[in-house]
Amino acid sequence: MKTRRAWIAGLTTAVIVALGLLLAGSPKVGANTQQPATTEVKIDNFSFTPAVLTVPVGTTVTWTNRDDIPHTVVSADDPKMFKSKAMDTDEKFSYTFAKPGRYSYFCSVHPKMTGTIIAQ
Amino acid sequence: MGEKTKDQILHDHNNDGVDRRGFLKCMAWAGTGALCVMQGGVLKSFSMSRMAELDPKKMAGELSFVQISDSHMGFNKPANPDVAGTLKAAIDKINGLATPPEFMLHTGDISHLSKPEEFDTVDQILKGASAKDVFYVPGEHDLLNDDGKQFLERYGKGSKGAGWYSFDKKGVHFIGLVNVLNLKAGGLGTLGHEQLEWMEEDVEHLSSSTPIVVFAHIPLWSVYPEWGWGTEDSAQALAYLKKFGSVTVLNGHIHQTMQKVEGNVTFHTAMSTAFPQPQPGKADSPGPMKVPAEQLRSVLGITDVNYIQGQHALGVVDSTLA
Repeated sequence: MKTRRAWIAGLTTAVIVALGLLLAGSPKVGANTQQPATTEVKIDNFSFTPAVLTVPVGTTVTWTNRDDIPHTVVSADDPKMFKSKAMDTDEKFSYTFAKPGRYSYFCSVHPKMTGTIIAQ
Repeated sequence: MGEKTKDQILHDHNNDGVDRRGFLKCMAWAGTGALCVMQGGVLKSFSMSRMAELDPKKMAGELSFVQISDSHMGFNKPANPDVAGTLKAAIDKINGLATPPEFMLHTGDISHLSKPEEFDTVDQILKGASAKDVFYVPGEHDLLNDDGKQFLERYGKGSKGAGWYSFDKKGVHFIGLVNVLNLKAGGLGTLGHEQLEWMEEDVEHLSSSTPIVVFAHIPLWSVYPEWGWGTEDSAQALAYLKKFGSVTVLNGHIHQTMQKVEGNVTFHTAMSTAFPQPQPGKADSPGPMKVPAEQLRSVLGITDVNYIQGQHALGVVDSTLA
């Protein structure tokens, strides 16, 4: 009697352990298979919106000028990481942030306009 | 202001022939078309409606020039869909002045997008002015995409660095400065070390009685830092001019007239010939300000400057296009 019960308990434990191992070992869906996303920054009324944008490393950020005056997007770092041409109304500029970091930028025509991209 | 008659102001508190309070009063009238001229050490103001009564020779002084600014050729948004038309109107106004100006100063933002065709169009329109000599300093809109290479090729002959230079006319020393290059994030206009050193040397040997006119795009005094309306290192430049009895600073960039007197220095900004901008803090941002179409020409204009040899201050008069 004791032997049979012990055998069932042992088998159950083994099954539970096996199931546990099986579940633990299966890959999670979507963990390392994200496609780089395009994320937008709007330029309007002499400001960048959002002023601070956090994106995954590898993201291409696109700035669109909706203001009625030209603006630029220029890296505040030295040496400059990126520098757009002057964008008139409805023109765009894109840059892909391949490395993690905190990237401050500004409009070289109106330097009071500043923004930050955080790639992490 | 149209009814104001001839007014003599005779307070000479510092015994140097300069009536500062009177000058300030005159400056305040300037926006409504008053003419302030120093004659025989006395500041006289005349309303524009009585211009016909005045002797042109007396009013002319010995040196007469015009400042225009911010033509933004290429701008075509609702605030002004025809900036070429309003620039032409400004030239017509200049050609209609009682005393023809000898030359013109353009204090920058000649073009809107630094495009060759925009500069070409301005050149073409200015050819129609009676004053054939034009002296330029760049605005930030003139240096887009090439750090000012095109501007220098077109207008920078004989200038140093980013386009600064000086010249003399009838004993008045003119200094053109560039404060729109190498702007830093969150910053104001900047002159930079090299230009300041050049300026110090440029004025070192001038006698203190030489009248000085400094012209640059962004105001050389702190008009409204929140909108970038100021120059971070202008104090250094002004320190080099401390010894001079008469300094006139002519700027643009803010698309409205503003004036300030500080000791021997008179600061003055010009209207744009393209579009107006809001007064400091009166809007969310300093962009083009739309006004009813029939009012547009009354907020655009030119600045007429007259100097009588031997007098202290230059007579500075703003007039609108309508």
